[in-house]
Amino acid sequence: MAETIVLEVARYRPEIEAEPAFENFEVPCRPDWVVLDALNYIKDAIDGTLSFRWSCRMGVCGSCGMMVNGEPKLTCATFLTDYLPGPIRIEPLSNFPIVRDLIIEMSDFMTKLQGVKPWIIRNEDLPVSQGEYRQSPEQLETYKQFSMCINCLLCYAACPVYGLDQHFVGPAALALAQRYNLDSRDEGEAQRLEILSEHEGIWGCTFVGECSVVCPKHVDPAGAIQQYKLKAVTEWFKSILLPRGGRD
Amino acid sequence: MKQPVTYTLYHPKWYRRPMSTYWWTKRWRYLRFILRELSSISVAWTVILLLLLINSMGDEAMYAGYLDWLQSPWLVVLNAFALVFLLFHTVTWFNLAPRAMAVRLRGKRLPDWAVAAPNFIAWAVLSAGVVWFVLKGV
Amino acid sequence: MEVHSHDVLMIGGGGAGLRAAIAIAEVDPRLKIAVASKVYPMRSHTVSAEGGAAGVIKPDDSIDEHIYDTISGGDWLSDQDAVEAFVNEAPQELLRLEHWGCPWNREADGAVAVRAFGGMKKKRTWFAADKTGFHLLHTLFQTSLKYTHITRYDEWFVTRLLHDGERVQGVVAIHLMTGRIQAILAKSVIICTGGCGRVFPFTTNANIKNGDGMALAYRAGAPLKDMEFIQYHPTGLPFTGILITEAARAEGGYLINKDGYRYLQDYNLGAPQDKPVLRSMELGPRDRLSQAFVKEFEKGRTIDTPYGAVVHLDIRHLGEKLINARIPFVRELCLKYENIDPAKELIPVRPVVHYMMGGVHTDIEGATPLLGLYAAGEAACVSINGANRLGSNSLTEILVFGARAGRAAAQFALEAAPPDSGMLAQAEDEERRLQEVFLHKTGGRESIAGLRGEMQTVMEKSVGIYREEKLLSEAASRIAELQERFRDIVITDHSHTFNTELTAAVELSYMLDVAEAMVACALNRTESRGAHQRTDYPDRNDEKFLAHSLVVRSGDGTPQVSLLPVTITRWPPAERVYGK
Repeated sequence: MAETIVLEVARYRPEIEAEPAFENFEVPCRPDWVVLDALNYIKDAIDGTLSFRWSCRMGVCGSCGMMVNGEPKLTCATFLTDYLPGPIRIEPLSNFPIVRDLIIEMSDFMTKLQGVKPWIIRNEDLPVSQGEYRQSPEQLETYKQFSMCINCLLCYAACPVYGLDQHFVGPAALALAQRYNLDSRDEGEAQRLEILSEHEGIWGCTFVGECSVVCPKHVDPAGAIQQYKLKAVTEWFKSILLPRGGRD
Repeated sequence: MKQPVTYTLYHPKWYRRPMSTYWWTKRWRYLRFILRELSSISVAWTVILLLLLINSMGDEAMYAGYLDWLQSPWLVVLNAFALVFLLFHTVTWFNLAPRAMAVRLRGKRLPDWAVAAPNFIAWAVLSAGVVWFVLKGV
Repeated sequence: MEVHSHDVLMIGGGGAGLRAAIAIAEVDPRLKIAVASKVYPMRSHTVSAEGGAAGVIKPDDSIDEHIYDTISGGDWLSDQDAVEAFVNEAPQELLRLEHWGCPWNREADGAVAVRAFGGMKKKRTWFAADKTGFHLLHTLFQTSLKYTHITRYDEWFVTRLLHDGERVQGVVAIHLMTGRIQAILAKSVIICTGGCGRVFPFTTNANIKNGDGMALAYRAGAPLKDMEFIQYHPTGLPFTGILITEAARAEGGYLINKDGYRYLQDYNLGAPQDKPVLRSMELGPRDRLSQAFVKEFEKGRTIDTPYGAVVHLDIRHLGEKLINARIPFVRELCLKYENIDPAKELIPVRPVVHYMMGGVHTDIEGATPLLGLYAAGEAACVSINGANRLGSNSLTEILVFGARAGRAAAQFALEAAPPDSGMLAQAEDEERRLQEVFLHKTGGRESIAGLRGEMQTVMEKSVGIYREEKLLSEAASRIAELQERFRDIVITDHSHTFNTELTAAVELSYMLDVAEAMVACALNRTESRGAHQRTDYPDRNDEKFLAHSLVVRSGDGTPQVSLLPVTITRWPPAERVYGK
């Protein structure tokens, strides 16, 4: 077992540097250490100026996504020993502007998430006093997978369509839209379809499928988008073939 | 000459990484995607071949010319390529079918293979039919 | 200096902050609402809660039983009027979450499903597999996006409350992206910053849980309450401190020692049965289970590992199917971080710092003694949790008291005068302080990580599961010494862009204040109750200590502790009985 491993960490200090460059750090390579532990070791013992986001260290808050040897990963769930003998190259998530070191700018995603109306839309709300909406385990299962998104943005980093066209709504936001569309309590599909059937919505996706490969929570955004395309086409045919009012 | 952007206090200076034109060479799965997209050219080419075939049928001379043309070495090579890409196209798309269609039976989502399999079965049956039809004529 | 103005400002965008924001939006849509959080709201630590949220919904259950479980679980230190309000409002809050789209697990007929939980006599814990906190937070966050007039200050780090000694009127915060230090004025402010587990070395708490809001309130003169009551969760994974939810035991998991023996039967928690029995054995309250671990350790019946002694959690007999359906996250975490499959192997676990029963002293509406200052969630102490919180009461608490604090703060803002101009001078003072003490500081000898490590070691040693006078007094002087040494801290990062060394330094200063308050309260309480066990005073003393500890910062900065009687209504103090 190697004692240490080298991390090639992308550094970018906007106040003094024009562009990012790599800096090497030698860190202990302990069997239970993840990449994030190594970064914290650097911050605590070697260079306090290294900047990165992290919080829960259990793969659920979605803060610590970075490129590890070119692949988008949650660094709290990526073990150093899987990369022996090293070096390991750590970069900020692809396809996003870099704020500093390993920190990306992600407000674009926040705007897009809000844009797809990720909340329950009802024609008429049931008063709380009347109890819960009934939802069978099967109905729950229909959308559950798409509700597991932790907004870690690994899928955006893996998506070449988003890399080439920042207007593309992107995998996570589209999957979350589909999560609400499929929820038996929701009646907002028509509203969302208007937004999602624009060019930068579902039709922007060319089904590279990489988003689903890198998703740490097995959300399968690519699947969500294709299912949505199928639905949109069916709706379109219905609107052509059926007289007004015959549609549901 | 591009002037370097200078930092102004309290104004973040984001660095945007340009996306390489050759991004699709960076990962096998990206390359596979590009090949899958390119394979549609083979599909188009095969359609043209079929249209030419239909056009030549009924006229002995044209049909013989068509067959001759098909036997030219460069066309044999081209069609061999097309066949490989067609197979690639078919297999990759059939394998993607379960992702696009969440088929449910009695509330449970069918496993991926159960959605993909009918496509492959239909493909095999149709191919067998074509083979039978062709061989019958021999 | 740039100044922003709002009617109500939430500090913290987790479950309590978001619930409060939505409640205010519903009180009056004209109110200008703002949520300032040092992380994007969906990163908040609510996300890590696993097991569920308690609320009476099934016909075999009753409000009184939930109240009794909570009060006895809290060793009679809970304010009973608060518990009553909490239990009464719990079901409607959980239903509201259901209406907003929370993917609660369901019965076959489509009704919400409930599971058993520690210290609860009936099944009343609503759950979304074992990612309840995650689903609850994302449901709240996504629902909050509907209210476009809620202004969010994402990744703004609050460093000070602006106040005139009587009324809080806003905050000073650093916008991390630009480094700008700005004032956010508000007629009322709600602290929703969560707990402070990072004061300890081994905790389930996220990196962001530094007691920010508690320290902010404490520095502004608001009292903290019951700071000696720190909950150890009995089942954390060694090294990482990752939580293995109580739901693993509620579904039927066993705790066994190195001999494979279900040792809880030796600690007055009932007799072992194959199936889980409510309020018994593995479904006893967390304080008792963590204390039993220490006793087992002393008897030499735990298992040694490089990361300390452990016992085993055995869920193998539940079968892969049930594990995947009800507690999939347990399996995911074990596979990922321990490289073991709990469907086939034993899970090593040890007690881990998990939750702060104490917090900013509030009344039943979330109001602190300072006008215009409110608090809710783990940062607050109402108190419903008393000396020991029952699992699955905290997620419900952030909803019930988040909404209550929101409504109260909204009402206050509707009637209050706008913030006065004196606040701006104060904000400019704060900007100068941040620059002098941190941003422009050169020299120094103490490292942030070094001081933090020392503080954590002291706290674990002296304010752990069992405490005693000598160690606590030592801790008090050690923390005071660390406070002193903090002035000599080294700052190497002088950048304005996303300066995480600056935030780490300020967070350390918050934690030192919180640690100081904890030690002071623990020293003062010369009895044993719930999570506060004094080896030198092993019994509960209702005569003297049926009272909350209130700690305020005195003029010279030292903590001063006093007592405030517990509100007792219908449930007179009695013995806590489990396993019967």
